[in-house]
Amino acid sequence: MDTTRLTITELQALLRARELSTKDLLEEHQERIENVDDHVKAFLRLTPELAAEQSAAADRALKAGEAGALAGIPVAVKDVLCVRGVETTAGSQILRGFRPPYTGTAVGRLFAAGAVMVGVTNCDEFAMGSSTENSGYFPTHNPWALDRVPGGSSGGSAAAVAAGESVFAVGTDTGGSIRQPAALCGVVGMKPTYGRVSRYGLIAFASSLDQVGPFARTVEDCAIVLEAMAGHDPLDATSSDRANDVRRDFEAGVKGMKLGVPREYYEVEGIEPGVKAAIAKALEALQGAGAEVVNVSLPHTDYGLAAYYIIAPAECSSNLARFDGVKYGMSDQDAANVTDAYMQTRRLGFGTEVRRRVMLGTYALSSGYYDAYYVKAQKIRTLIKRDFDSAFEKCDAIVSATSPTVAFPLGARTQDPLSMYLCDVLTLGGNLAGLPGISVPCGLSEDLPVGLQVLAPQWREDVVLRVARAYEVVSGVKAEVAPL
Amino acid sequence: MSLTPEQVRHVALLARIGLEPGDEDFYAEQLSGILAHIDRLQQVNTDDIPPTAQVVEIVNQLREDEPRPCLTQAEALSNAPVAVNGFFRVPSIQEET
Repeated sequence: MDTTRLTITELQALLRARELSTKDLLEEHQERIENVDDHVKAFLRLTPELAAEQSAAADRALKAGEAGALAGIPVAVKDVLCVRGVETTAGSQILRGFRPPYTGTAVGRLFAAGAVMVGVTNCDEFAMGSSTENSGYFPTHNPWALDRVPGGSSGGSAAAVAAGESVFAVGTDTGGSIRQPAALCGVVGMKPTYGRVSRYGLIAFASSLDQVGPFARTVEDCAIVLEAMAGHDPLDATSSDRANDVRRDFEAGVKGMKLGVPREYYEVEGIEPGVKAAIAKALEALQGAGAEVVNVSLPHTDYGLAAYYIIAPAECSSNLARFDGVKYGMSDQDAANVTDAYMQTRRLGFGTEVRRRVMLGTYALSSGYYDAYYVKAQKIRTLIKRDFDSAFEKCDAIVSATSPTVAFPLGARTQDPLSMYLCDVLTLGGNLAGLPGISVPCGLSEDLPVGLQVLAPQWREDVVLRVARAYEVVSGVKAEVAPL
Repeated sequence: MSLTPEQVRHVALLARIGLEPGDEDFYAEQLSGILAHIDRLQQVNTDDIPPTAQVVEIVNQLREDEPRPCLTQAEALSNAPVAVNGFFRVPSIQEET
């Protein structure tokens, strides 16, 4: 039995029947990491001591019959989620050595449910990027084609799950940073409704867009993890106290459901024919399962990227002001005055893309440009949200490709920022409107994974999961562990 | 809209990001390229459209103003590059007279 290929549901059955120990489960994953991570480079650092402690605690809970839903299950955590005492750097040199004095709520809830943290995964610096090449440490490789990117920014988390290095992983999605790498690595990745999961303990990039979410190899595993993380948190005033009902009607199927197909998403700039073909086939499968496909329109799609690249940089320029070399992280102690100390620390500590976005955001918020850029982008955000509201009057969920392309070669887009930004053109609308969305594997193009995106109205994770689950059942397409 | 190297210098100062030789031209070119795409926003008439800053339905979350547990001083300072007598140390803000 190779436990690195099994799901949470399968592993829980084995653990509860005492046919598998939490110790063996952990060790098999650590061995897998040892064998493949030199090639994949999903992890920035491993946490063997914490893992051993959590694994032993899960074992005791299982024996006592008090085990949580994730007891003993290995998880990989993106380097933007604070874990007490574990070096957490947001993929940035500016935070090298930072050990948070507290654990964030989402990860803390996974630990409370019994999850076992195997390590910290690589990501684009401060989650800014779509390929994990903006990491301040090293790039991560796609487990299905090592000369290609895993997507980003949560590329390490997606790659860890695709490579069988962890059973599930946690990431964050600000413009597509869970769904796009899930698509490119052939795993399931979900961004919840804004407010579903607490952001306390998440190193902020763009606070009105950021959400924490799961990666796994089945839709059911994603649902289990989301359910464990979700819910109101007094430490995040934007977290909702709505019922945690994300698994309601999970197996109800799509018969009679209306699935919206927005023309603009199918004709988006740069969409590859192989991706279009895989999505067309997925739509046929869903129709075969009884869903009705209806045409809808998202007329402001062409302006989404532009609005996003004002709003997200504006918020990041404000959020990243805290990295000043005073309270934590890198610090220039030789500067003549405090302004020089700030400027030198931030020049050396931030990479090119982070500096680019901080400057873009600062410019958009600066005197004389605020109305023309920031307020204008916020008004476009209203129009994009209204587009989705109108579309959801005609359908229950929207289905499309997650990414216009399959995984591209490392280095292919690093010289042209705009070409990298276009990776998120089908996902960032969901962030601007605060919607829940998922990417599920839907076959291959050029031998590389393609992802099917399902979006639903705010708070309808149940619909997202139900459609994704129905697709998984009817298509028989299942996320596999890459043969490394 | 495009950015001149002088504007890059101004924005970098506002953002407290130091510039190395060559940075002004590099960022002037790259930011201008991105702004050229962003300029398409001006094609949309938004005269009667209210701005959206965030999409949460919750308004005015309040709590009682009561003391609650928080980090200790030692924990708060545990990552400080330099801490002196329980404070973060920074270079002097005012010149000595």
